[in-house]
Amino acid sequence: MALFRKTRYSQVGTREIKNVPKNIASKCPACKHVHIEKDLSQKLKVCDRCGHHFSLPSRQRLKQIVDEGTFQEINKELTSLDPLEFPGYGEKLEELREKTGLNEAVITGFGKIGGYEAGLGIMAPEFMLGSMGSVVGEKITRLIDRCREKKKPLVIFSASGGARMQESIYSLLQMAKTSAALARFSDEGLLYISVLTHPTTGGVTASFAMLGDINLAEPGSLIGFAGPRVIQQTIGQKLPEGFQRAEFLLDHGFIDRIVERKKLKKELALLLRLHEGGERVG
Amino acid sequence: MGKEKQQLAHLEEKIKELEAFAREQNIDLSGEIKSLREKAERIKKESSFEPTPWERVKLARNMERPTTLDYIEMVCDNFTELHGDRLFSDDRAIIGGIALLDKQPVTVIGHQKGRSTRDNIARNFGMPHPEGYRKALRLMEQANKFRRPIITFIDTPGAYPGLGAEERGQGEAIARNLREMSMLEIPIVVIVTGEGGSGGALALAVGDWVSMFENAVYSVISPEGCASILWKDPSKAEEAARSLKLTAEDLKKAGVVDTILEEPEGGCHLDSRTMGERLGEHLRDTIPFLQKMSSQELLGRRWDRIKKIGVWTEEIGAQKKVSQ
Repeated sequence: MALFRKTRYSQVGTREIKNVPKNIASKCPACKHVHIEKDLSQKLKVCDRCGHHFSLPSRQRLKQIVDEGTFQEINKELTSLDPLEFPGYGEKLEELREKTGLNEAVITGFGKIGGYEAGLGIMAPEFMLGSMGSVVGEKITRLIDRCREKKKPLVIFSASGGARMQESIYSLLQMAKTSAALARFSDEGLLYISVLTHPTTGGVTASFAMLGDINLAEPGSLIGFAGPRVIQQTIGQKLPEGFQRAEFLLDHGFIDRIVERKKLKKELALLLRLHEGGERVG
Repeated sequence: MGKEKQQLAHLEEKIKELEAFAREQNIDLSGEIKSLREKAERIKKESSFEPTPWERVKLARNMERPTTLDYIEMVCDNFTELHGDRLFSDDRAIIGGIALLDKQPVTVIGHQKGRSTRDNIARNFGMPHPEGYRKALRLMEQANKFRRPIITFIDTPGAYPGLGAEERGQGEAIARNLREMSMLEIPIVVIVTGEGGSGGALALAVGDWVSMFENAVYSVISPEGCASILWKDPSKAEEAARSLKLTAEDLKKAGVVDTILEEPEGGCHLDSRTMGERLGEHLRDTIPFLQKMSSQELLGRRWDRIKKIGVWTEEIGAQKKVSQ
């Protein structure tokens, strides 16, 4: 294999493939290898050359993590309005609903992971960069509350650019809402595992994503409060290599473990088992 | 501006006179009073002394505007500042301590902007690092232990976006405050005095009664930030300020703010003493009201307040439209 790699056919290819629509091929941002999208999806959207984890659409995440046929979605019909009549927002929502087939930037429900039932929140980076407006906040809050009532453990996969600008104060207050819901949930002695995936920033990092009893992250994920560009502008110098990546957060004590995507389901099942299914109360 | 103001004052005086006269003589002047009222409303609307959202942003950022320390000094006695988060350092962008409101001990915490350029540099322009939020939480937990009500003052452009802040977990510090503040068993009164800059403001702003100064602003992102993301043009901040619906009135409509505290004409920097008096009066009303509640009632009410914020629909029609 190594001999073939040296010929580097792909270099010519990358230039030409640059303009090919995203749903046919993707270039690995780390090693620049061009993957056919269909193959990449079969590899869990992980580059087999360098191990780079691509951002994972919500439905694929669901399929990878939840035992087949066990998922039951809740609050699917919750839909965003445009409360502030923000320029262009209504149209954008409409367009994304059509394009993604999703109602909003998070899927919530109950399903089994390796036989253990849990409440599941899966953020959708493909829907407005997974930004949190009223509906995302409300769906996450209802999920947490339902888990509290049913005494079930909770697993949330974050992938978000942060609070959604177009709903201004409503978005901001979802941070307080989801965090307050988690406080009530935690008081019942229930388990919350937060899985931070690429990218998790802004208001989602500064609320439910950082509040897990256990915080896991996928390798290389960008995780932070302020975005790298804003920081760079503020301090006026280049950011150090690896800044705000999952490994950086592990080094600084903000996540418990980095878990490769292919091992994630097994690891979650194990953590649930170590909490005896996570259903036991305090 | 002055002329309309005079005219309005004159009208209001006339209305009062008429009302008194009607009462004394026991005659019906409601028609006349009504038409005068309408006229006064019209003048109010037409005259320009209602600042635009962008003008409010500038008022909220005015360097002359009183700071948290000024308000504490005006409203409380014996302010005793307490420092440090016990973990890393003392962040001077947030101040906190114990003070007396009349005879009652209260914990006061707030963002602190500088009163001069030099002071501002030491205060990092009121932009906290994680240790600021952790200090605030430490003082809030202390208040909880000693059953002191908490007053927080909100005035920050936002949490500081820097290397150290990220290394030490800005996101985690804010998140933890949001979670813990929702469970403190003592009244928390929040006063947005100037700039309510996003998560960095919210991290001190979860409470039982949220009040906002008339010219304060509070939003998810600064107008400049919004304009540069949305239109790639920070000079469109004025337009963004309008779109973000960040004024006290907008926030009251959204259910985020309970009371708007009127500022003296032209902004509270022109007459800080009057503003201090209004604030003191407001606190003396609000805190006893909240103290009458049991901690269970208080927490229930706090949760209900947060829970209902947001706008969405669950109509099947809306769902159908998207699922096809």
